[in-house]
Amino acid sequence: MKFGIVTFPGTWSDGDCYYSLGNILEQDVRYIWHKDTDLSGLDCVVLPGGFSYGDYLRAGAIARFSAVMPAVERFAAGGKLVIGICNGFQILCEAGLLPGALMTNSHLQYRCQWTNLKVENHNSPFTNQSTAGQVIKVPISHHGGNYYADERTLEDLEKNNRVLFRYCESNGEISAGSNPNGSMHNIAGIINARGNVMGMMPHPERACEPLLGGSDGNIIWKSIIRYLTNKV
Amino acid sequence: MYLAKVYITLKPTVNDPQGLTIKGALHNLGFDTVKSVRYGKYMELQMEGEDIARAGEQVKEMCRKLLANTVIENFSFELEEMKIT
Amino acid sequence: MVFKKEVLDEVALSIGEYNLIVQKLGREPTIVELGLFGSLWSEHCGYKHSRKLLKLFPVTRRTAGGKEQLGQVVIKPGEENAGAVDIGDGLCVIMKIESHNHPSAVEPYQGAATGVGGIVRDIFTMGARPIALLNSLRFGPLDIPRNRYLFNGVVGGIGGYGNCLGIPDVGGEIFFAKPYSSNPLVNAMCVGIARRDSLVSARASGVGNKIMLVGADTGRDGLHGASGLASRTFGEQPEMRSAVQVGNPFMEKLLMEACLELASTDWIVGIQDLGAAGLTSASIESAEKGGSGLDIDVLKVPRREQGMTPYEIMLSESQERMLVVVKTGCEEKVMAVFQKWDLKADVIGTVTGDGLARIREGDVIHAEAPVAILTDAPSYRLYPRKPAWIKKLQNRDISGALNPGRKSFNWWLLKLLGSPNICSKSLVFRQYDHQVLNNTVISPGGDAAVLRIKGTPRGIALSTDGNGRYCYLDPYAGGAMAVAEAARNVVCTGAIPIAITNCLNFGNPEKNDIYYQLKECIRGMARACRVLNTPVISGNVSLYNETHGEAVYPTPVVGMLGLLLDVRRHVTAGFQEKGDVVYLLGVGDDRVNDLAGSEYLEQRLGLVAGRPSIDLAMERRVQRCCLAAIGKKIIKSAHDCAEGGLAVALAESSILGGKGFIGPQWECGELAAANLFGETPSRIVVSVAKDREDALLKEAKRHRVPVKRLGTVGGASFILGENVNISLRDIEQAWKQGLEGKG
Repeated sequence: MKFGIVTFPGTWSDGDCYYSLGNILEQDVRYIWHKDTDLSGLDCVVLPGGFSYGDYLRAGAIARFSAVMPAVERFAAGGKLVIGICNGFQILCEAGLLPGALMTNSHLQYRCQWTNLKVENHNSPFTNQSTAGQVIKVPISHHGGNYYADERTLEDLEKNNRVLFRYCESNGEISAGSNPNGSMHNIAGIINARGNVMGMMPHPERACEPLLGGSDGNIIWKSIIRYLTNKV
Repeated sequence: MYLAKVYITLKPTVNDPQGLTIKGALHNLGFDTVKSVRYGKYMELQMEGEDIARAGEQVKEMCRKLLANTVIENFSFELEEMKIT
Repeated sequence: MVFKKEVLDEVALSIGEYNLIVQKLGREPTIVELGLFGSLWSEHCGYKHSRKLLKLFPVTRRTAGGKEQLGQVVIKPGEENAGAVDIGDGLCVIMKIESHNHPSAVEPYQGAATGVGGIVRDIFTMGARPIALLNSLRFGPLDIPRNRYLFNGVVGGIGGYGNCLGIPDVGGEIFFAKPYSSNPLVNAMCVGIARRDSLVSARASGVGNKIMLVGADTGRDGLHGASGLASRTFGEQPEMRSAVQVGNPFMEKLLMEACLELASTDWIVGIQDLGAAGLTSASIESAEKGGSGLDIDVLKVPRREQGMTPYEIMLSESQERMLVVVKTGCEEKVMAVFQKWDLKADVIGTVTGDGLARIREGDVIHAEAPVAILTDAPSYRLYPRKPAWIKKLQNRDISGALNPGRKSFNWWLLKLLGSPNICSKSLVFRQYDHQVLNNTVISPGGDAAVLRIKGTPRGIALSTDGNGRYCYLDPYAGGAMAVAEAARNVVCTGAIPIAITNCLNFGNPEKNDIYYQLKECIRGMARACRVLNTPVISGNVSLYNETHGEAVYPTPVVGMLGLLLDVRRHVTAGFQEKGDVVYLLGVGDDRVNDLAGSEYLEQRLGLVAGRPSIDLAMERRVQRCCLAAIGKKIIKSAHDCAEGGLAVALAESSILGGKGFIGPQWECGELAAANLFGETPSRIVVSVAKDREDALLKEAKRHRVPVKRLGTVGGASFILGENVNISLRDIEQAWKQGLEGKG
């Protein structure tokens, strides 16, 4: 499968995504510069984490106007897979490809820690290799991951199984104590209505090797690969 | 009651990375007329009190002590009388 | 003399130094030249008071075969922006630690942030990809609001800058003590990795080559940062505040990527970052390294503020700027790389062959002095006497602390575990991204951080250490102990200590007592470096750390690099399995003096006294024994005994492993307190499987290391004979909540 990883000025998890997809899962990967507009030949586009444009003004607010973004929108409109991780999720929300917004963490601090995520919908292109209600361990690293959406949007997300991941205890319980940033409904990741655009704050690319503390992130990458393989 | 509108801005001589980056983004979007951007903060404070001079002194003190980092920031404010509803 | 004394004060030059300048130049200097001299002859750039002492450090490493490259020092102190050591496979590790104490005392967030920015530039300047940051911090007690403000600001600034750059912050230490009140120490360390054959030098050579200035515009930020701030003591002087620099981590990230891209080309001669003393030190020191002269036109320097004088432009410390010396004919290609990264670059001068530093404003020449004279700072050597107060403190009777008072040892252990100097710092570290770049094997909170080196089986271990209390009581022993503990920390993960970087934080060296501390401390460190075979590859000196005449504790901070040949074989500090047997490698003397300079002594009697000591030969044997036993897969966990002593070390291994500990027999006579909380160095708590006890004892015997069986892992309690019996939950809570609500 062919993955494209977008580099904006200030992106830093592009290299980690490249390493986990290319070196660990041995997929075909290439970088896409934010000024490029050619996404031909790709099956999945990754908007990685980092501080695009220093997160100045608002996280993702400036990157969403990059030259590559209209191409990403067309790519998504064509039904191809787009995954936004951390800053990538923020960019997708700013661009309107996903609903809601990511606000400053409720405690106003940066958080880098392992979190437990309950997989709420295991039938998506991004989660089909997990089991119903499975709890996976994936780290977060952000200052603005506090998911916010209005009532109607939340209702829509919940009703249509568009919440993919929720922060939870290690036993799967959704609690206030397991919510690391104040996100509404403990939301850690969502998909669009069509199901081909996903955004999540945690970093699956950091959880691909036992040596580094865990490999549950591979479940997400392998789900994408399985989905694309089946489609072919 | 008074409404204090407080503006916090970086001192003119202090480097403003946010402002510079926003200016660059505006230029990229074609707003070439923008010559400079200085990034700041705006706050509204509702305060009890009768005496506008005293309220002004208090806001000044708040700015010096907490709201602004006077090492790198300037502050200014406006006071408006508020109707108690 | 054409200048008033006040002008000399501003650039921190003495009248004697001024006269030396006149003598060397054969004329009075211009005002711009005076500014150049002030900066280049400052302690920060010129090492006036420390240069002779620093020569005591060993700078090469004894390697086994002689020809073996692994562990060889590639770049020594002073040669480039940072030192480098070979780690095999054609790779080398580049590292340096540097202080940003004074700026952080004025504006903690920006001071710490720009400190991180500066040290990161030192690394990527050399063509190395920064892969880790560490921070060694010292503050006054947190019950004083000003100290809380400084603490929060510094932690915020480190995170704010480092997180944005995408370089993991993997460790360091934080220590609180009164002498650091209002005078915090903020030492930032950066570690990078590069191919040995693609390192870039910071030199300007090749007559006619263009000098390019890249990055941020120049403003009046930080004027006199090198000379003014770093060479003078200050209280709350508002006029110093105009010197505050605001960092732009986003631009730094772009500079880093662009410079690393350039490092892989052959279009450039050298890269140098603009740090202390800005354009002055960057350009003139590069010229010195290249044996060249240079001609710079300040009109070509893009400015952020109106009406800046040549003097201000040359001395500005605006952040996120780099100087690049470009080969003739490659200007456009280099410019294109910077444009790709949305960076501004301007040619501001050329390399010349006349050995002169010529600073012009268009056609007007403002300075024209030989580079060789500008960079030839005087070097002072003093002959200090041992201060009487040190002897008095060393001889002070501390035996009163053996009596735990009205409290039980249970109470004291919980108190120590919750002390800000000992407790978990996770409240701080979780604010730093410690995982980005996908290399972090051991996160902050262990004895040392461990990173794997992609594409090889190897790993590196990193630790910073330096106990100011020990150095205050005995600067020689304290200096040696700082090196020894840093080495012991990396050994506890299974890494061979191979090199150090260091930052020496002291008061005003012109005073007898401070110079004595500096000299003895360096001697002690140098001795330990020789014994442990860990040469110094880079460093920084921060003097004049005083507020109202009160100096900080003499605080050498050692940043240690260890090498793991197989990173999968690393060991952690937490107990692993129920039934494992716990031993102490290296044994305390169980005498009163074990409590010298200890955390317990200060908490129990409010005393910082006694005479700490270390036997370096024993230290080396303990470390070798531990490494050998880890190599043979005998040891399952290893943890250094440090602040808080043996009881705290055991408790931490319990907490980190989530397992209780039962020590059935324990010293319970009148020396119990010394045994529990004494801080004798050269000791490591290890655990082994039951069937490996003999193997461990054999290793200990082979290395002539005393060893003592302490107890077994298991249960839900933490028990030390009759002295201590606490539930695992309670010790964990005390340790984890030590900093809670204190920030």
